[in-house]
Amino acid sequence: MESKRERAKTGKEKLQRIIETVKSVEDHSLDPFIVDINEMICTMREYFPEWETPEDLSLDAETINHLASAIKLQSEWVKHRSTSLYTDPFLLEEKLLRISKEDMTGIFLQAWRPIVEFEQISLHSLAEAVRYWKSLLPLSERWKQFAPVEVETGIATREELVEQKILREEAFSKELEDFWQELKIKVAEKGEGGRIRYLDFVGAETYEETVQKAFMTSFLVTYGYATLEIYPLEEEIFIKPYEKPVANISEKQLISIPIALTVEDWMKWKRGEQP
Amino acid sequence: MSKRKGLYASKMKRATHMLFYRRHKKPGVKGWELRKALGQDYPKVLKIVDDYLKTLDLQVKTVFEEERQLENPSLEELDKARFYVTLRGDLTPKETKMIGWRIDDLAGLAIAVSYIISKKGKVPRKEVEELLHEKLPEWKVGLNIDRYIRYGYLTQDENGQLYIDWRTRAEVDQNALIDMLLKTET
Repeated sequence: MESKRERAKTGKEKLQRIIETVKSVEDHSLDPFIVDINEMICTMREYFPEWETPEDLSLDAETINHLASAIKLQSEWVKHRSTSLYTDPFLLEEKLLRISKEDMTGIFLQAWRPIVEFEQISLHSLAEAVRYWKSLLPLSERWKQFAPVEVETGIATREELVEQKILREEAFSKELEDFWQELKIKVAEKGEGGRIRYLDFVGAETYEETVQKAFMTSFLVTYGYATLEIYPLEEEIFIKPYEKPVANISEKQLISIPIALTVEDWMKWKRGEQP
Repeated sequence: MSKRKGLYASKMKRATHMLFYRRHKKPGVKGWELRKALGQDYPKVLKIVDDYLKTLDLQVKTVFEEERQLENPSLEELDKARFYVTLRGDLTPKETKMIGWRIDDLAGLAIAVSYIISKKGKVPRKEVEELLHEKLPEWKVGLNIDRYIRYGYLTQDENGQLYIDWRTRAEVDQNALIDMLLKTET
């Protein structure tokens, strides 16, 4: 005996088949009476108790919708057959294949009443056109070319470029060297064992300055002016300047170390608390 | 000339201008446009124009929105209808050349229109192409169908189905065409 699940599956397949049949009748202008509406309704009724999910019920509704359109097609078909325009398409197709071009044209000419229309300019529209032409400005005036404003060329000063943030006040390498010296001094003043806590070095009066220093510090480490000592368990980071820049740093495999520096961390540092 | 006659003469002139000169993309004029220009009695004016045109072998043709001829149309139905001036009698094959139609092209149009009518007004373009290809070279078939579509005799949807379009409804007596075709002995 068929299980409930198998029965529902068979039912869905049957509904899909009904939809496909009706669709092909609609798309190919076939005789809609090849669709046995009664049988299809019986099928739908038979499987209706099996539908449980919204998808099943939606499929059921879609099938009903297609059946309704099949009934509409049948009604139109009957109406069309009862009019004088109905001819057996196969009979007509046969005729169309056999008839000569001359005969076909002769028949068509007896049923063809081409539209008659004039294409002629009137004196009135000519006069209108002349009036328009007279009032129309010449192209040279309508599409006047505006000469671009001449700007004298000159030399921008370094101060102007710095002001426009095109140039920095100092060359980056020089800036980095100065920053390295600053690190060395800080380590000498506040550091221990040739190193200083990361935040003690980058921390500044404002958060913006702190971020700027953290940014520069990242270059110090990348270009071999300093190194980081990280103690994950203690959650402490130290920065240690080299005496001389380490040249072979790029030969080692470089790793990126993300260091979060939030406003809260900076404020805690500023209050003298351990972030 | 009485005042009433003078009024109608002027309305007839206005109606003739509107009917003969194209005002929009498609030729012909809508009923409501005629009512606006000529007044409520425009059907009467059209009837007089039609009587005048009879002597010139022309007629005022009414194409209703419902795509079938109505015996006693209401004013509302007339307002929505489109009016054209068409030939009243038949053209001879010689005359068709004068208006720019080759016999091949005209026969192709006749076949396409008849076939679509027989299939209840809707046919895949491929089927019409195959039918025309029986007697026309392949390169000409596509060009001709495109031309019939461009002129407004046929229309095509995005699924490649061909239908009868506005110009066939205005110019071709579909009943007479099918009737004569079936009566022909082949």
